[in-house]
Amino acid sequence: MHIADKFSKRPHDCGPLMLRYIFTRLGSFIPTFIGVTLISFMFIRVLPGDPIIVMAGERGMSEERYQEMVVKLGFDKPVIQQYWDYLTGVLQGDLGNSFVTKKPVWDEFFALFPATVELATCAMIFAIALGLPAGVIAAVNRGKFFDRALMSTALVGYSMPIFWWALLLIIVFSGNLGWTPVSGRLDLLYYFDDVTGFMLIDSVLSGQEGAFKSAVHHLVLPTIVLGTVPLAVIARQTRSAMLEVLGEDYIRTARAKGLSPTRINGVHALRNALIPVITVIGLSVGVLMGGAILTESIFSWPGIGKWMMDSIFRRDYPVVQGGLLLIAVIVMIVNLTVDLLYGVINPKIRKR
Amino acid sequence: MSDQATPAAATRPSALREFWYYFSENRGAVYGFWFFVAFVLCAALAPWLAPYDSAEQFRDHILQPPVWQEGGSWAFPLGTDPLGRDMLSRLIAGSRFSFFVGVIVVSIAVSGGVMIGLLSGFAPRWLDTIIMRIMDIILAFPSLLLALVLVAILGPSLTNAMIAIAIVFQPHYVRLTRASVLAERQKDYVTSARIAGAGLWRMMFVTVLPNCLAPIIVQGALSFSTAILDAAALGFLGMGAQPPTPEWGTMLAEAREFILRAWWVVTFPGLAILVTVLAINLMGDGLRDALDPKLKRS
Repeated sequence: MHIADKFSKRPHDCGPLMLRYIFTRLGSFIPTFIGVTLISFMFIRVLPGDPIIVMAGERGMSEERYQEMVVKLGFDKPVIQQYWDYLTGVLQGDLGNSFVTKKPVWDEFFALFPATVELATCAMIFAIALGLPAGVIAAVNRGKFFDRALMSTALVGYSMPIFWWALLLIIVFSGNLGWTPVSGRLDLLYYFDDVTGFMLIDSVLSGQEGAFKSAVHHLVLPTIVLGTVPLAVIARQTRSAMLEVLGEDYIRTARAKGLSPTRINGVHALRNALIPVITVIGLSVGVLMGGAILTESIFSWPGIGKWMMDSIFRRDYPVVQGGLLLIAVIVMIVNLTVDLLYGVINPKIRKR
Repeated sequence: MSDQATPAAATRPSALREFWYYFSENRGAVYGFWFFVAFVLCAALAPWLAPYDSAEQFRDHILQPPVWQEGGSWAFPLGTDPLGRDMLSRLIAGSRFSFFVGVIVVSIAVSGGVMIGLLSGFAPRWLDTIIMRIMDIILAFPSLLLALVLVAILGPSLTNAMIAIAIVFQPHYVRLTRASVLAERQKDYVTSARIAGAGLWRMMFVTVLPNCLAPIIVQGALSFSTAILDAAALGFLGMGAQPPTPEWGTMLAEAREFILRAWWVVTFPGLAILVTVLAINLMGDGLRDALDPKLKRS
């Protein structure tokens, strides 16, 4: 809304304004990014206990080796210098190594990231494919049976503890019906190298019979679980946006012209109602990442969420620190893109 | 809205009645409200309502199904868990934790958020910018992840989970309060109060704040349910209340390995969370309709 206001006040020059908007938005991105790195930098230093001793584990460590580690990790330098080193490291993709696997955090993150992206994308497609029509149908039938039924269901979905929802679905579909597997991304029967990291694509590329089907079977329940809350949010948002648009004069004009209700609702109204819905979809990325932690932990889905959770339990601090930073930066980039796109797709802004 | 000028004592009953009139137009909200009242009573009277102590183990009644299923008995209407503890008693005891989580998280988040938001709305521009940037930074992290990491720093317990959730919720109140404050400050009554010589504190808390409360109350109701959900999620992940606390999320985590053998140990705690959260959300929707002057039909 605030963007629209910004533009509508000065109706005559769009080009420079759009540019200025992009720059202001980018300008607020940089301080936020620095703040986020500061928080993740501080994380390892506010933890109770000495991270080097934690790293040594139960066996402990000799005094010499301890001093060596202090120098290696830079703990002997002033804090400002440490932060500067951390920041320059981050910008070069160096987030340190995992205490447990000794591999670079950056590499581990991007090896597991496709699994989470795949799950989140499927969940989002599921949510949009069901949420948009549900919202439109509810708005068109305002106050009638369909509206009430759909919106009650949406509110239940919105209130759903998804970890419990996952367990229920496992009881019914894996336990009682035996339709879907309980965990992982693929049956152990199949093995092939990662090409893209997306199981749905890799399983087709591998050419093995049944691999794709197995991948889909593994994906169904996690997708439903992760998509439930966004589905409810999108349905509710679509309904209220549609109701607002359906009250506009141009819709009345379209009706007076004798256009079919399908065309009015589907083309004239939905197009404009989509604008706030797209914002909501963009803003759900953070929610999806939070939900991914729960969903991936329950379904043993080898993605970022499970990796973070395991690392928290293992006290693998560099992983928690690096994962926290990367997730925040990705969420920030997505939000920035949504904001910029919002400026581009809103025809009100484009015309003026 | 025109009755703001009349003395508070005279308008109070009618304001309440007016609120109830709009609130009760939404039937779902009324159901939600009554369920919430029942939930609060249940939490308050838990020790007297529960048939047994929540920690008492009946060793010869392990995993007994609920009463309507074969093998169930009226002694344990909702069955028993793997340690032979009465499910009903544990659920009733759990309502206390959820209620406390909601109350404490919302009070911390609202009081802190409103203070910072007011300050930000009245502060010079540089301070306002700094505060809003800090809020942007907190909002950049997915809330459940940030709460998890905060709990990992503070150590897993229900208290720390509540603190973490309250911190994560704070920025929403800061933004909401600041936005309303900035809108209200433009209005004539604030200018007239300033000309009449009202000091900064009076302006903030007596003149402006009461007129910003409606969206904050609605957000408070909605956060109450989100707080319950998040605390249960943290409990489920082992980072909230620790077993044997009968917190609903923790109960679910304990019951996980029995999901295919004993459906009731998994179903009931989750159902309790869902129904409570749903009732509060219904109430929140009703509150929004009743308090939002834009939606009011005059």
